[in-house]
Amino acid sequence: MTTATETIEGFVKNEYKYGFITDLESESTPPGLNEDIIRFISEKKGEPEFLLEWRLKAYRYWLKMVEPQWPQVKYPKIDFQKIVYYSAPKKKTDGPKSLDEVDPKLLETYEKLGIPLRERGRLAGVAVDAVFDSVSVATTFKGTLAAKGVIFCSFSEAVREHPELIRKYLGSVVPYTDNFYAALNSAVFSDGSFCFIPKGVRCPMELSTYFRINAANTGQFERTLIVAEDNSHVSYLEGCTAPMRDENQLHAAVVELVALEGAEIKYSTVQNWYPGDEQGRGGIYNFVTKRGLCKGRKSKISWTQVETGSAITWKYPSVVLQGDDSTGEFYSVAVTNNFQQADTGTKMVHIGKNTRSTIISKGISAKNGQNSYRGQVKIQKSAVGARNFSQCDSLLIGNRCGAHTFPYIEVKNATASVEHEATTSKIGEDQIFYCNSRGIETQDAVNMIVNGFCKEVFKELPMEFAVEAQKLLGVSLEGSVG
Amino acid sequence: MKQPILEITNLRAGVEGKEILKGLNLRISEGEVHAVMGPNGSGKSTLASILAGRDGYTITDGQIVYGGVDLVEMSPEVRAREGVFLAFQYPVEIPGVNTTYFLKAALNEVRKHNGLSELDAMEFLTLVKEKMKILHLPEDFLKRPVNAGFSGGEKKRNEIFQMAVLDPKLAILDETDSGLDIDALKVVSAGVNKLKRADNAQLVITHYQRLLDYIVPDFVHVLSNGRIVRSGGKELALELEERGYDWIVKEDLQTA
Amino acid sequence: MTSIQSKPTPAVADPMVREFERRAGQTPTTEPSWVLPLRRAGFNRFSETGYPTIRDEDWRFTNIAPVAKLPFQTASLPGAESVTAEQIDTATFGTLPGPRLVFVNGYFSAALSRPSDPTAKSTIGNLAAHLEGNASVIQPLLTPSQHILDDPFACLNTAFFQDGAFIHVPAGAELKDPIHLVFIATNEAKGASIHTRNLIIAEAGSRFTVIESCISFGAQAYVANSCSNFVVREGASLEHVKFQDESPDAFHLANLHSDLGAASQYTSHSFALGGLISRNTIRSKLNGPGLECIFNGLYVTRRNQVADHHMVINHNEPNCASHEYFNGILDDESKGVFHGRILVQPEAQKTDAKQTNKNILLSNSATVDSKPQLEIYADDVKCTHGATVGQLNEESIFYLRSRGIGKETARRMLIHSFAGEITERVQCTPVREEIDRIVWNRLEESPSLSEKLATASNGTPTPEA
Repeated sequence: MTTATETIEGFVKNEYKYGFITDLESESTPPGLNEDIIRFISEKKGEPEFLLEWRLKAYRYWLKMVEPQWPQVKYPKIDFQKIVYYSAPKKKTDGPKSLDEVDPKLLETYEKLGIPLRERGRLAGVAVDAVFDSVSVATTFKGTLAAKGVIFCSFSEAVREHPELIRKYLGSVVPYTDNFYAALNSAVFSDGSFCFIPKGVRCPMELSTYFRINAANTGQFERTLIVAEDNSHVSYLEGCTAPMRDENQLHAAVVELVALEGAEIKYSTVQNWYPGDEQGRGGIYNFVTKRGLCKGRKSKISWTQVETGSAITWKYPSVVLQGDDSTGEFYSVAVTNNFQQADTGTKMVHIGKNTRSTIISKGISAKNGQNSYRGQVKIQKSAVGARNFSQCDSLLIGNRCGAHTFPYIEVKNATASVEHEATTSKIGEDQIFYCNSRGIETQDAVNMIVNGFCKEVFKELPMEFAVEAQKLLGVSLEGSVG
Repeated sequence: MKQPILEITNLRAGVEGKEILKGLNLRISEGEVHAVMGPNGSGKSTLASILAGRDGYTITDGQIVYGGVDLVEMSPEVRAREGVFLAFQYPVEIPGVNTTYFLKAALNEVRKHNGLSELDAMEFLTLVKEKMKILHLPEDFLKRPVNAGFSGGEKKRNEIFQMAVLDPKLAILDETDSGLDIDALKVVSAGVNKLKRADNAQLVITHYQRLLDYIVPDFVHVLSNGRIVRSGGKELALELEERGYDWIVKEDLQTA
Repeated sequence: MTSIQSKPTPAVADPMVREFERRAGQTPTTEPSWVLPLRRAGFNRFSETGYPTIRDEDWRFTNIAPVAKLPFQTASLPGAESVTAEQIDTATFGTLPGPRLVFVNGYFSAALSRPSDPTAKSTIGNLAAHLEGNASVIQPLLTPSQHILDDPFACLNTAFFQDGAFIHVPAGAELKDPIHLVFIATNEAKGASIHTRNLIIAEAGSRFTVIESCISFGAQAYVANSCSNFVVREGASLEHVKFQDESPDAFHLANLHSDLGAASQYTSHSFALGGLISRNTIRSKLNGPGLECIFNGLYVTRRNQVADHHMVINHNEPNCASHEYFNGILDDESKGVFHGRILVQPEAQKTDAKQTNKNILLSNSATVDSKPQLEIYADDVKCTHGATVGQLNEESIFYLRSRGIGKETARRMLIHSFAGEITERVQCTPVREEIDRIVWNRLEESPSLSEKLATASNGTPTPEA
């Protein structure tokens, strides 16, 4: 019963426990965005010419775009000239050669977050890339991975060390023209993670990036690129936290995945950015573009996400199923409590023959939370024998919240089969009463029921993350029932 | 000498890589009524499904010979035309297709297959009305869509009614008693008994002995963990009623 | 999003303005003076928005450009002999008993209509004849509400409506026979537009059925643009069957708006078989507690037809149930579009809302776009929706095969059954039977069905799957 005890403990701690601020000297650009800022970022990172050009093209394109209005979310207009586009912890040398050179305050920060960067730490089986504000501060287990030919490093390092791979794959899944935030990210992204799994290699450990926003008024724009060559396999985890601040902060990341023939990429996210306080003050605007391309035959991309944080979440991890017999999966739990809003879902674009996709989405709304599932299943004419199954369930706790489901189904092939089901229901009074009558308190009962509701998604997460996710859920729903 | 109708030898079969039947043997001859009983999960419905040719089951070993030929090779409709009939545990609703149309199509397929002429509307109606009496079905029954909006009891009666019309050689009744109250059970059983002849056979699959008070079997088999662990006469069913399944399952485990 | 994009220049073509002003200036007018301002409000709104385009979310999957391109021209009064009583009697539902209102090209034909029993208290007649006498009832219902303003075609209808049915059934009245509305297009002129406006009011506790058939004799590309209001007051029960089987070149646009009162029962059926483009914009407001409504629809299309059902069900009150069932069978290059939005307001606790949209594609060139949506702001609700494309129930196929029926025949039967799921919900028996027959025959005409039948009936056993 350790989990249950831990959960109850979780409830006692009322607040967002990752809300502390690390006091570090940092180097930042002044707020605002223009071509000089972009040149500055690019120069700071010693980028090749092609990348600067790409950034500038993206910026010029972005200038012509308008913010999307269609999501079911409400927020005051963002002033993009007030955002700081680059902030990095000041460091003495060009970059830490080993962990000993990393600022001890940073290491402490990650220890507090439960992400030890020292390799003998708790997550011993996981290689971690830690991104603090805009830059990667440390990547662990590089040696072990290199022995297998796996490249796992910060994006900046990849630009320096493997420009040919970056040039080949950057923007190949999410072009800078894709959407407003993707264009912005393409112009100003500062760092992120890069993974490359060579042919036939099964990555020997979980790869993980831990994102942390620290500086005030800063936008975080990281970029992740994962390439899995033929018949390779990788499981990748992503975690995020931010300090408690009264103003909203923008996080606009882009993640691109490429799976070649027979390759499999499993991408898991536990998103716990600061959600704002009970009155809805502060919190992160999490506007993220994530897309995977199943390029090769029999490739597979699986997204699993547990979204408990952020004031606003806007993201649709998608899969383009280009290769015949490829598979796309999307498993999601999104929780909105207090004044949180989430508009999230997925897109499955079936192009290849006999492509399959599965969508399981669980939305939980409490207090004034607004939770929308928005998904698209598109079966192109070429997708003979394509199959999709979608299940979207929403759970409502309290009478001021909202749950919305907006699926789009477009089918252009007669041999395809698409099935979508959705339900919305209240957390069952009889279920709670049953638990009460067995001596379980209401909040614990809610937690138990919610965990049961999300089980299908949690089982897709790697073990350690699953436990983490369950705890997070408890904390997120704290005080959701009066 | 009675001709064998169905001979199952060492049948191993399962679904999605999970073996459910683990070496099942069963032999049914003309004029016989066999009952297969067993606890939940013993493989009863799997046996019925495999005999009728439901998709999704894989036979890994053994054989099923029906009327001297391999049954496994036949599609479900050919099995039906050859005289295998499955009374479904959960009959399917087919709104918009009326019972007359459906039954006439089925009966004529069977007749055609057996070299008989197709029945015209009048002949068909005469036959069907006669069979309806056996099951005490109302007149408007034929006009209604197949099973759509039927009560549980009506659906089961419809199954036996179809059996009466199609006149199978081997009828498999899969949990026909489930969901029936005692009155409906009596009507359904009486119908089944009327259809018994010296040249056909019935395989009654059930969890409870109750049904066997009305459809009296010649042989009772106990299915446990995918095999028939005990066979006997109708008194075996009574013993099961009294003692439950546990003792047989335990004895089986000890001898295994 | 339902917002209509405002366009920089009004998309209203000159002939339309001329036609509107010509009508507005006509003296002496046959209409009461309060009508013109309403028409003008509709016209002005349409002038702002113009025809919708696929950039409007509500029209994303149905391209109405062919309608917008037609020269605007209102349908002319048909000659007295253009349609005969025999033609009506032999057309769909021609043998139904009870009152019948016939409109030819949108104009009421008293000669072809059959009046209701004069002793009955119900009003069953044409709208134009009642504008004067029933102004207090009609005026508020004709005043453009938000849902009219949101729909350019409803605005256009408001501006140009010619006539339509006016049915007012008093409290507690129960009508034995269905009321049959027949809308016939004889379409002499290409591009002529017909604008009909129907008002159907069921007072508290009344009970009746309205059958609406939309058919055409001839095959020009005309535009039938209708707008109907259903007011179902407390405890009333109304069944509405809309059967549309117009010419393959016709554009059919219908706006069906219902306003439902406490504990009422409303069942609305839409059968969309004809037209090049047919669109049913269905808006329902559940404005009283404890009511039940069913929206039931079937679209069977072939060639290059498009059938679109666009629905918003607004749960404003507690303890209501709304169920929507829409099935589509699409052949050739045709396209089915379904949009169903269930909106549950914070007050609407204990809502039970269910929505399904199922589609079968008979050809590889047919397409489906489905958008079932739930938008829920109350917590004690039970809402579900489901959408499927492309599959017949495996268990049903097995059931039929286990009775000796070959795989392809089983498939064909199940396609009929797929339509039958919808037709069987029609409560009015003679109407249900006739629709059943029409749909069955229509499906049998499909080569996609009969080809497979031919292979199935040659007696060779189909190989096991």
